[in-house]
Amino acid sequence: MFDILDIASRNLLRYRRRSLLTLLLIVIGMVAVLLFIAIAGSFKSMMVGQITDSILGHSQVHRKGYVASIDSLPLNLNMKPQMVAKTEEALKANPAVETWSPRVKFGGMYSNFAETTSIRVTGIDPAREAATVPMLQGRMVEGPKDGALVEKGQIVIPLLLSRGMKTKVGDTVVVVATNRDGSVNGKTFVVRGILESISGPSGRDGYIHIDDARELLRMTEPEVSEIAIRLKDFSRLDPTSRQIRTALEGLTNKEGKPALEVHTWDQLSPFATLARMIDMLTLFIKIMLVSIVLVAVMNVMIMAVFERIREIGTIAAIGTPPSRILSLFLAEGLMLGVVGTVTGTALSLAAIFGINLWSPTFAFGQQQNLVMAPTIAGGDVLTIAAMVVVVAVVASLQPAWKASRMDPISALRHV
Amino acid sequence: MSLVHASNLTKTYRVGDIDVPAIKGIDFAIDAGSFVAFVGPSGSGKSTLLNMVGCLDHPTSGTLRVLDTDIATLDRRAAARFRGEHIGFVFQDFNLIPVLTVFENVEYPLRMVQKWPAEKRRAQVTRMLAAVGMADQADKRPDQISGGQKQRVAVARALVSRPKLVLADEPTANLDHDTAYRVLELMKKMRDEFKTTFVFSTHDPKIMGEAETTFTLEDGRLANGGSHV
Repeated sequence: MFDILDIASRNLLRYRRRSLLTLLLIVIGMVAVLLFIAIAGSFKSMMVGQITDSILGHSQVHRKGYVASIDSLPLNLNMKPQMVAKTEEALKANPAVETWSPRVKFGGMYSNFAETTSIRVTGIDPAREAATVPMLQGRMVEGPKDGALVEKGQIVIPLLLSRGMKTKVGDTVVVVATNRDGSVNGKTFVVRGILESISGPSGRDGYIHIDDARELLRMTEPEVSEIAIRLKDFSRLDPTSRQIRTALEGLTNKEGKPALEVHTWDQLSPFATLARMIDMLTLFIKIMLVSIVLVAVMNVMIMAVFERIREIGTIAAIGTPPSRILSLFLAEGLMLGVVGTVTGTALSLAAIFGINLWSPTFAFGQQQNLVMAPTIAGGDVLTIAAMVVVVAVVASLQPAWKASRMDPISALRHV
Repeated sequence: MSLVHASNLTKTYRVGDIDVPAIKGIDFAIDAGSFVAFVGPSGSGKSTLLNMVGCLDHPTSGTLRVLDTDIATLDRRAAARFRGEHIGFVFQDFNLIPVLTVFENVEYPLRMVQKWPAEKRRAQVTRMLAAVGMADQADKRPDQISGGQKQRVAVARALVSRPKLVLADEPTANLDHDTAYRVLELMKKMRDEFKTTFVFSTHDPKIMGEAETTFTLEDGRLANGGSHV
């Protein structure tokens, strides 16, 4: 094997410029793909993290039909206490669930006594909400960042509302809401804090204590609009959601169908489409890389065989077995692939390291100064590297096969 | 006993719809250790005959036995193995591998065909280079040596694996007269030293006199049965 690799390397060095150009193509392709995966992947992780860890949770349980009407936050589709109890029982029994947070959501009017505007409000249990969406507290741009997110009688409002209504921390405001029976009720709150608005569903909601929400809505029993769930391992989202769904199937409505629905974050957020687009783009970039390597290596190997026909005839005549001639040319493709992959990977990792040192910032929706911190998993690097090497060898296969099947007499006569 | 034995040997090529006979039913025998020339004008069938003797081509009919092997029975792989084990080749254009040094060119059959261990092949290559007078050029590349030196290297490469038979198709065609004589002298010396049978083709009347046995080919037929000089 060493003999074959030695001769293959010399043959590659015979046409230095051509080999270098081919290597350059592979290296550029590798760097482009790995950088794209690292940057797009970190953007996707940041985006998914923002959505799941500061708003939605990993998944949610709702009463059937609630999500279909979620824009109007229908109070008549809240979960009844026995539904909540059944859900909590299922969540407690599932070891993959870390915690969960019941929420009461409603739409209302927000007044600073001078102006009035609409507001979407989420009533939360502060401790459970902080455990389920740990980045929520971090969005607080004004007001205390430690302690409970909100106490009874307090409200946390989104930054856009604060600016629009010129409301400051400590101001007293009124929230007015209509309950499920149609009666209107109002309650005063002290502004505890101001939350950075983020893109996505519920990214501009105000937060009050769940008891205040129930009081405002004059609930006679502790209903819940949704239960947000946090898992111990995000990568177990789909199987765990299936398990929860199965556990809740026993609770049926009048039609005999499951009364509750389990939705994963991507079924609730339009940004899941963006995440899927990033995956699609990554796939297309990988296909482009495969094409570049395939065409570049095949081109150089076809040329190599064409230019060395007499040489192939000579080595065949003196008894080199066809399989060894095949190996010689495959080894050239392999070496191009390996050298290109190693160089491309090294440059990519250096570039990723450099970007992390540089820490450039970007804006995402309402959020400014998000730091780009590209990372790439070792598995991704190995997969791409293996893909490039395999494609380089596959691209050499046809020219190598042709060389190994060459008739020595015709090859020796070739001018 | 004959090293090569041909009986009613024919070779016909098909060009389009036409059959073109290149060798027309010839018989000959070549003894071990002989120094033989196939001579004749261009197109007389010398190269075709050498290709068949070298197991690079199959006869159309008749039999051709080389080292007691009917070469018609050898498939592609077996023919390659047979050539690697028993036959050395010297080409008109030398056909050295440009990316390898003189030493590595001579080493090639031992390294890539017969897979000798490194130490053993180093000793053998050194011996062969000394035998052809190229020991001091071992580290040069083919483009750094003259035509005559290239052919010496080619002879060393043909002999390095100790074949029973060396075939040389027009080995002196690209050399000047003096150099051509020196190459033939070298081939004879190698025959004497290693007891290898040398068969070469030529159309140069001055060179053909160097052979001990000459077969004259005319239009695919033998004009003599092998005249001894």
